[in-house]
Amino acid sequence: MKKIIKYVLLDLLRNRIIIAFTLFLAVISFSVFNLEDNPSKGILSLLNLVLIIVPLVSIVFSTIYVYNAAEFIELLVSQPLRRVNIWLSIFTGLAASMCVAFLVGCGVPVLIYAPTDVGLMMTAMGLLLTIVFVAIALLASVLTRDKAKGIGVAILLWFYFTLIFDGIVLFLLFQFMDYPMEKPMVVFSCLNPVDLARILILLKLDISALMGATSAIFSDFFGSKWGMMATVLIMIAWALLPLWWSVRKFNRKDL
Amino acid sequence: MIIATNVTKKFSKLTALDDVSVTCTKGQTISLIGPNGSGKTTFIKCLLGMVVPDSGFITFNKQNIAHNWQYRSAIGYMPQIGRYPENMTIAQVLDMMKDIRKRSAGALDEELIHSFRLDGMMHKRMGTLSGGTRQKVSASLAFLFNPDVLILDEPTAGLDPLSTEILKEKIMKEKQQGKLAMITSHILSDLDDIVTEVIYMEEGKLRFHKSLGQLQEDTGEKKLSRAIAQVMSAGN
Repeated sequence: MKKIIKYVLLDLLRNRIIIAFTLFLAVISFSVFNLEDNPSKGILSLLNLVLIIVPLVSIVFSTIYVYNAAEFIELLVSQPLRRVNIWLSIFTGLAASMCVAFLVGCGVPVLIYAPTDVGLMMTAMGLLLTIVFVAIALLASVLTRDKAKGIGVAILLWFYFTLIFDGIVLFLLFQFMDYPMEKPMVVFSCLNPVDLARILILLKLDISALMGATSAIFSDFFGSKWGMMATVLIMIAWALLPLWWSVRKFNRKDL
Repeated sequence: MIIATNVTKKFSKLTALDDVSVTCTKGQTISLIGPNGSGKTTFIKCLLGMVVPDSGFITFNKQNIAHNWQYRSAIGYMPQIGRYPENMTIAQVLDMMKDIRKRSAGALDEELIHSFRLDGMMHKRMGTLSGGTRQKVSASLAFLFNPDVLILDEPTAGLDPLSTEILKEKIMKEKQQGKLAMITSHILSDLDDIVTEVIYMEEGKLRFHKSLGQLQEDTGEKKLSRAIAQVMSAGN
């Protein structure tokens, strides 16, 4: 398994898109920090980059990579190798190289200009989101045979997690305005890894007061040590469940 | 050596393989012939475990291949279209395969690499190679590990006549060592002198499995291409 990971990584790290993505992140991060004199303002500007662009690139690039590697996967499957190992190696390779790209492009500037709790939290959440969306991309690409459809599904999933889900939550909030919605909101946000990351970062930013009454419950739950641990575990589950499902599908897939 | 029993595979509505039973033994060179879409490639992929049959089973050396993966170390497979990571050079691809299959250098068969003159272009990236050169790499990989069974899917498609001849000689040499070779091809005349058995498939069904001598006797034709042409026209 180590060997397959090695070769997937070798292939990926020379990929132009990964290099371009790293440069893109680095340019934006450095310019944001140089434009603002207050580093925590810079963090706030980077927040959207981490919560929206990073998942988008992770999911779309991974899906396209898996489709383009179809023949290579076929070649590996015809060799004396376990299918589970092949699939997990591709996942590890993709997740590792996307994480390196994020770490170099965004993590390093953040840790240079704002080496605070918030900065650390944002880097950690960016890495977790990258892994989660690579896992979701693998699931999307194993479920659909057609490349165009697979990429469409990947983009739709990203749309759902970054925009549609929030819309649904807002809608529910307005519909049930007369009821206490604080506790259900905690459960709702667990259904979306992007929301979880956003809440954890915002709570560290001390602007959570802006969120009103819900925020009290949020900081009670997510701010405590146990709450944070639980949230990180839920994020990891968000990566592991799609991955496990995709492994099961890949094991029985006709190539 | 390879026994397929009542293998059936459906892709949604299309029946790619319909109750196919085949027995292949050591030392045979089998030609798998049939019109486009007759299920040849699907059958080969079933043998390799790349496609899972809906019903029926396949045994390799008396072991069921379902949920088994070690048996593939005895197979050399050359796919119809070989595509490799574009950023890797030929040398890296070869090294990767050696690395993955963990064979000591002594047991490797690098004859094809030399006779195809791949040595001189080891540093070229896979993405820049022509279709024919890629086929040569695929062929070299199939023979590299000295496997007991060779499965070649359209091996001569895209190869120039000289390389086709080299490949044919190589298959003959392996045949004399008692290896089982299974070849699909449309270009029948390429195969005439090396084939010992013919499997003819049509619409996912096995039409016949005969030795070459038997086929020649039945159709009264000396040349394989003519014999097959006669069978095909008789079927319509």
